[in-house]
Amino acid sequence: MQFLNILFDTLLDIIPIAAIIFGFQYLVIRKKVKRLPQVLIGFVLVLIGLSFFLLGLEQALFPMGNLMAEQLSSESFLPSLAEGAQRHWSDYYWIYIFAFAIGASTTIAEPSLIAVSIKAGEISGGTINPFMLRISVALGMAFGITLGTWRIVMGLPLQWLVLGAYILVIIQTLRSPKSIIPLAFDSGGVTTSTITVPIIAALGLGLASSIPGRSPVMDGFGMIALACLFPIITVMGYAQLAEWLEKRKPKNKAAVSSDR
Amino acid sequence: MDFAFSLIRQMRDSLRDLAPVVLVIGFFQLVVVQQPLPPSVDLLDLITGLIFVVIGLTLFIQGLQLGLFPVGEGLAEAFARKGSVFWLLLFSFALGFGSTVAEPALIAVAAKASEVVAEGGLIANTPEVQDAFAFKLRMVVAASVGTAVMLGVIRILKGWPLHFMIIGGYVIVLLLTLVAPSEIVGIAYDSGGVTTSTITVPLVTALGVGLATAIKGRNPMLDGFGLIAFASVMPIIFVLAYGLLGI
Repeated sequence: MQFLNILFDTLLDIIPIAAIIFGFQYLVIRKKVKRLPQVLIGFVLVLIGLSFFLLGLEQALFPMGNLMAEQLSSESFLPSLAEGAQRHWSDYYWIYIFAFAIGASTTIAEPSLIAVSIKAGEISGGTINPFMLRISVALGMAFGITLGTWRIVMGLPLQWLVLGAYILVIIQTLRSPKSIIPLAFDSGGVTTSTITVPIIAALGLGLASSIPGRSPVMDGFGMIALACLFPIITVMGYAQLAEWLEKRKPKNKAAVSSDR
Repeated sequence: MDFAFSLIRQMRDSLRDLAPVVLVIGFFQLVVVQQPLPPSVDLLDLITGLIFVVIGLTLFIQGLQLGLFPVGEGLAEAFARKGSVFWLLLFSFALGFGSTVAEPALIAVAAKASEVVAEGGLIANTPEVQDAFAFKLRMVVAASVGTAVMLGVIRILKGWPLHFMIIGGYVIVLLLTLVAPSEIVGIAYDSGGVTTSTITVPLVTALGVGLATAIKGRNPMLDGFGLIAFASVMPIIFVLAYGLLGI
C-alpha cells in the first residue's frame, strides 16, 4: 500500500519531465526517438527503481538516522556535567564523528552522484576514475556536514562559514587543472539529493532541538549549503593530486634508469 | 542475457555502495550508543528496507543508462543539428522549471521556510499567508532553476568559461546576503541544494554533455558539465532577491 503511494508520488514527479521531453521531441524536433522501446523500458525502470529506493529509505535509513541523531545528542548520552557548568563544544564529539561517517557513506550511495560519475568517466576517457571521484565528493560532503553540526553547536552565523568556503573555492579554482573545474562545480550540487537531504535535516533538527539556546526552526537550516560547497574543494583537490602523481611518475622512472 | 548480466553486475555495485551506510549505522548502534532498538523501529522493517534500497538503486541505474541518458543526449544532438537556439532555450527553461516545481524535497523545504519567516515576523502568522508564501517560494525557485539551465546552455553555445560566471554568482550572493532579511538567508542557501533531484541530474548532465559533444569546437569535459552548478547557485540569488523585494 505504502509502495503504491510512493510509486504514485514518483510518477507525479516524472510526468512533467517526460511530458516536456516527449513534447519537444515530437512537436518541435518532429523525429522519432531512437530505440523507443528500450527508452520506455528505461523510464519504467527508473520509476520502479526510484520508488523501491524511496520505500527502503523510509523504512530503514530515515528512522535509523533520526534515532541516532536523537540518541547521540540526548543529555543522557553526553559526558556528565558538573553542577552549573556550561557544555563545551567538544562534548559533542560523537555527533561530529557520526556526521562525518554518515555524510560520507550516504554520499557514496547517492544515485545522482553515481549518474554524474558514470558520465565523467565516459567523457574523460579514463583519466577520471568514477569511484575516486565519488570518494572525493563524499569526503568533501562529510567535512561540510561536520562543519555544519559544529556551527549549530557553536551558534556561529552561517554567512561567515559560507564566505570562508567561497574563498577556498576561488583559491582552488585558480590552482586547479582547467578541465576539472566544471565537473567540480557540478559535484557540489549533486551531492545533496535523495538520501542525504533527509538525513542531514534529521541531524540538524535533532541537534538544534537538544542544544539550549538553539531553535530547530532557525538553526536547522544551513547544513545543505555547506555540504554543497566542500565537495567542490575536494574534487579540485583530487584533480590536483592526480595531476601531481602523473607528473611524478615519469620522473621516478627517469631517476631509476639513471641509477643503473 | 546481456541485460541479466549487467543487472547482476549492477546489483553487486549497489551492494558495495550501500555497505558503508550499513556499517556506519551498525557501528554506532552496537558500539557507541549500545542501546536496544526502541519499539518504534522494527528490525524486520530495517532489513526489508535495506533490500528495497539495493533493488531500487540497481533498477534506477539500469533505467538511467537505458532511458534517461540516451534521451537527453539524443535531444541535445537533435537540437544542435536543427540549429534553433530559441527552441533549445525554451526547452532548457521548461526542463529546469518542470523538474523542480513538483520536487518533493522543495515542497518540504518551502513549507518549513514559511514557518521560519512567519516566526521571524516577516509575514503574518496564519496558515493562508504561509501557504501563499510557500507556493510563491516554490515558483521562485523553479523559475530560478529554469533560468539557470537556460543560462548554462547559453554558456555552452558561446563557450564562456564557467568559473568566472560561478564566482560572479558567488559575489552576487554575498552582496545580497548583506542586505537581505536574515531569516531568509539560511533558506536561500539551502534552496540551492534541494533543487537538483535524482531524475533532473542525469537528464541535465546528458543534455550538457550531448550539446558540447555535438557542437564543433566544444570540449565535453570543459563545456559539457556545469549546468548543475548554475542550478545550485541561481536559486540562492533568486530567493535572496525575493526576500529583499517580494515580502
